[in-house]
Amino acid sequence: MTDTPYSLAELVIVACAQAWRGAGEVMATGIGPLPRLGAGLAKLTFAPAIQTTDGEGLYTSEPVGPGKRPVEPEIEGWANYDRVFSALWSGRRHALVGPVQLDRYGQANISVIGDHRKPKSAMLGARGFPGNSISHPNSFFFPSHNKRAFVEGEVDFVCMAGYNPARYANGKPPAGLDLRIIVTNLAVMDFGGPDHQIRVVSLHPGVTFEEVQENTGFPLARPEGEIPTTPAPTAEQLAVIARIDPNNVRATVFKDNPPGDRKAA
Amino acid sequence: MIDKRMTIDDVVDQLSDGMTLGIGGWATRRKPMALVRAIARSGLKDLTLVAGYGGPDIGMLAATGKIRKLVFAFASLDHYPLEPHFRAARQAGAFEVLELDEGMYHWGLRAGAMKLPFLPTRIGIGTDILTQSGFDFKMVKSPYGEGEELVAMPAITPDVALIHAHRSDQRGDLLTLSLDPFFDELLVRASGKAFASVEKIVPTAELNMRDNTRFNLVERAMITGVVEVPYGAHPTSAAPDYQLDLKHLKTYADSAASPEAWADYKAKFVDVTLDDYIAAVGGAEAIAAAPVPIY
Repeated sequence: MTDTPYSLAELVIVACAQAWRGAGEVMATGIGPLPRLGAGLAKLTFAPAIQTTDGEGLYTSEPVGPGKRPVEPEIEGWANYDRVFSALWSGRRHALVGPVQLDRYGQANISVIGDHRKPKSAMLGARGFPGNSISHPNSFFFPSHNKRAFVEGEVDFVCMAGYNPARYANGKPPAGLDLRIIVTNLAVMDFGGPDHQIRVVSLHPGVTFEEVQENTGFPLARPEGEIPTTPAPTAEQLAVIARIDPNNVRATVFKDNPPGDRKAA
Repeated sequence: MIDKRMTIDDVVDQLSDGMTLGIGGWATRRKPMALVRAIARSGLKDLTLVAGYGGPDIGMLAATGKIRKLVFAFASLDHYPLEPHFRAARQAGAFEVLELDEGMYHWGLRAGAMKLPFLPTRIGIGTDILTQSGFDFKMVKSPYGEGEELVAMPAITPDVALIHAHRSDQRGDLLTLSLDPFFDELLVRASGKAFASVEKIVPTAELNMRDNTRFNLVERAMITGVVEVPYGAHPTSAAPDYQLDLKHLKTYADSAASPEAWADYKAKFVDVTLDDYIAAVGGAEAIAAAPVPIY
């Protein structure tokens, strides 16, 4: 543990970075400021082989944070969409994405709320979620852990496939389906419960299992014994984060930029 | 000498009600917006719009009621993630949709380009892409190995493709000079006819093809007509010639607030000549001076 004060955003960045631990030489895509900074932190600390982009069509030698760039990054390769599809179909990518809804099977939705033919809310459309979900590892970030995000039944439109046997002819998802971690404002979870049940891995400082469960629309697996606390950022990690986010975009993600340890609030 | 030069109106004259129209580019990049605006102010109706990687092209044709069916993977203004005119039309149930994964759309164009009825893929398995009402997807069994069940992604074959490129000669030898050619080559190959708006039509020698071959999108035999339209992608980008116009995209997005706001936008920016459009959005110099966006 560190005595350095840290924000919830920084705690989340450190938790997101863990998605790429041991990933090897793969494309790392973090959608949204905190997952993107998480990929950058991973690359600059324990996962130097991962490849990250400028958010458009180029791979950069050093991770590029969100917002205005102090210097133009060095380019190390081309990440045009045709190539991104080829890379992701090969499985050599791990994306950390932010869906609108997720269900107990890990099925994710960014398309519509309500009926697909005449939705209550039309959002982006499925984008690359269906292909991503069955091709390479995926992780998730939710800034607001609540029952609108973690829904009771199935998500309104399944964009990302999950561990739902009823959705597969032989009851089994394709071999490429590999859902890893879920980072929220309350906890870190994974799919490590019985039959891929979503399980609490660690609780953010000051958060209880009951609070996480109350804000989730389906039963969560509880690990045996005392649930670990999500590790606080180290001074070194905080320095790296500050370096790759000079615009302090991370301070704008959560309302009033709260501290990572609620007891310190 | 082959001469494929046309006007915007010539292109619109080639279109008819009920056609399937494919549009190239990606979200806010290299969308043939001058052609799209011309369709928006035309009498055309009941179009099947094939715009997998959609942006204001979808929104503008949605707002003007041109779409009977939309084939897409997303609609976004990038920096304003949700396309407000698309949203409003979807939420009103204004048209049918076939929603695809980005890669499935790519695969559909590739099948169309290869003159195949379908290409197999795993994409879609386990999702509502396969169960939606927009299309009755079929599975195929691999004749090899253990006979894996795969999705048969049908060929996408628009009647007409519309794309925006940077340079052309009068024969339709195109250059797309931006970072990513996207899937415009496949769209052109998959479509019955293909029209390109271009920033500038130049003599072939000025294309400097020896240095620029990698930017030559497709052989000219696939291009039906070319239209010189400076700033023809605005408010989307045709980098490096000019960047997307964030300020105008905001004006466009805000026009979804009410029917009055849209009528006002349409009168100012759609129902006008190209020269008046460029003046209304701040002039050529302002378009050319737009800063490089940060993603």
